[in-house]
Amino acid sequence: MAHAHKLEILRGLVKFKSNTQKIWGVLVLLSIVTAVEVVLGIYKPEALMAKVLGMKILNWIFIILTIVKAYYITWDFMHMRDETKALRRMVVWTAVFLICYLIFILLQEGGYIEGVYSTGFVKRDF
Amino acid sequence: MNTTVVNTGTEGKTWGGGNEPLKASYGKMMMWFFIVSDALTFSGFLAAYGFSRFKFIESWPIADEVFTHVPFLHGQELPMIYVAFMTFILIMSSVTMVLAVDAGHKMQKTKVTWYMFLTIIGGLIFVGSQAWEWATFIKGDYGAVQTKGGNILQFVDTDGHRVALSDFVVAEHKDRTAHERKNGLWFVDEGTLPTYTVDEVIHGLESHENVLVRTQMINEHGEKTVLSREESLKQLKDNGKLVVEGANLHVNEYGSPLFADFFFFITGFHGFHVFSGVVINIIIFFNVILGTYERRKSYEMVEKVGLYWHFVDLVWVFVFTFFYLV
Repeated sequence: MAHAHKLEILRGLVKFKSNTQKIWGVLVLLSIVTAVEVVLGIYKPEALMAKVLGMKILNWIFIILTIVKAYYITWDFMHMRDETKALRRMVVWTAVFLICYLIFILLQEGGYIEGVYSTGFVKRDF
Repeated sequence: MNTTVVNTGTEGKTWGGGNEPLKASYGKMMMWFFIVSDALTFSGFLAAYGFSRFKFIESWPIADEVFTHVPFLHGQELPMIYVAFMTFILIMSSVTMVLAVDAGHKMQKTKVTWYMFLTIIGGLIFVGSQAWEWATFIKGDYGAVQTKGGNILQFVDTDGHRVALSDFVVAEHKDRTAHERKNGLWFVDEGTLPTYTVDEVIHGLESHENVLVRTQMINEHGEKTVLSREESLKQLKDNGKLVVEGANLHVNEYGSPLFADFFFFITGFHGFHVFSGVVINIIIFFNVILGTYERRKSYEMVEKVGLYWHFVDLVWVFVFTFFYLV
């Protein structure tokens, strides 16, 4: 495994000559994504404030870009790309399933409690 | 000398334990499974943060207004800049780490040493930055008044700019001094008393026509609601209970105390991971210098701590998003 790195990212769109080169390439990619996030975070364009599926488009963009970054850190820095399919699935599917489940339950419950507060059953403004 | 069992005598015996379906060593697999469990711990914290935030979605602090400071640029409002810098430092140290792993595969000892060194430096800069971030957050900048219901009232001028308590409140002479163990009941003590009392804040607000109260409620423009002059005075007189300067686990001048609790807990837990990562990196760094892995003919240990280090970076990417961006 040690000497058999897969050197393509973005589904073969970018191919690197050596592993070192790939590392710098991924750094550039991560830096661009972070820069985009920061710029959007500072200027907060009005056009992205509309809500889609209960959340602002801007926040959806942030979350998607975060997952993109997480993908490249795991796949290229942690060499997940070079591991066997079985190991990859054991780690990734387990975590993704449990995290999605946890987030769904807690956010659902948080939203419900917010509803109880805001429909006047509990007074907080005093 | 070598306490690790390298050969078990089962090589090639498919049904005798000689089969390696994952093609990864025991240590590396265990590091991966540890990372999965640690990832679940962090998701537990971040999901709990999401829960509390959804619960108080109408009054949650806006991160851009909380984290606005950059070292050496005093008094300027620069949201996001410093935390972007911290993120970049951590990504950079991840890069040097993966370069160390890469050099390890090629058995280049000098390169591994230098890249490990740079990784450690990056980690230390990050932990230092986080300490500074905490100190700034704890100290606070404008001050606020907490109501009986636990809500936070902040002060703005008529243009909507924040006004610090010290700009319009005059501290009068007070006879009340902080109770310490040495001059009273030895088994109780209290923290530092706020600089101002609520009465002094009321006087200050009455004598400054251009100061208004800003509540935590977020209006339809995504901004905090500013009360009118009459409402401001009424709200402060009826409900003001405690002057809050800075943030701790009980009170928080930026808004909901839960925000401060989660900030301390999540970034603290992450900072602890970075700290322990730096310690482990230092140990491995010295092993590299001593030539341990040269003799072992494998730099896999560097790869294993590398996994941990990248994981710390991975977690920060999420903390960054959910604390500072969303």
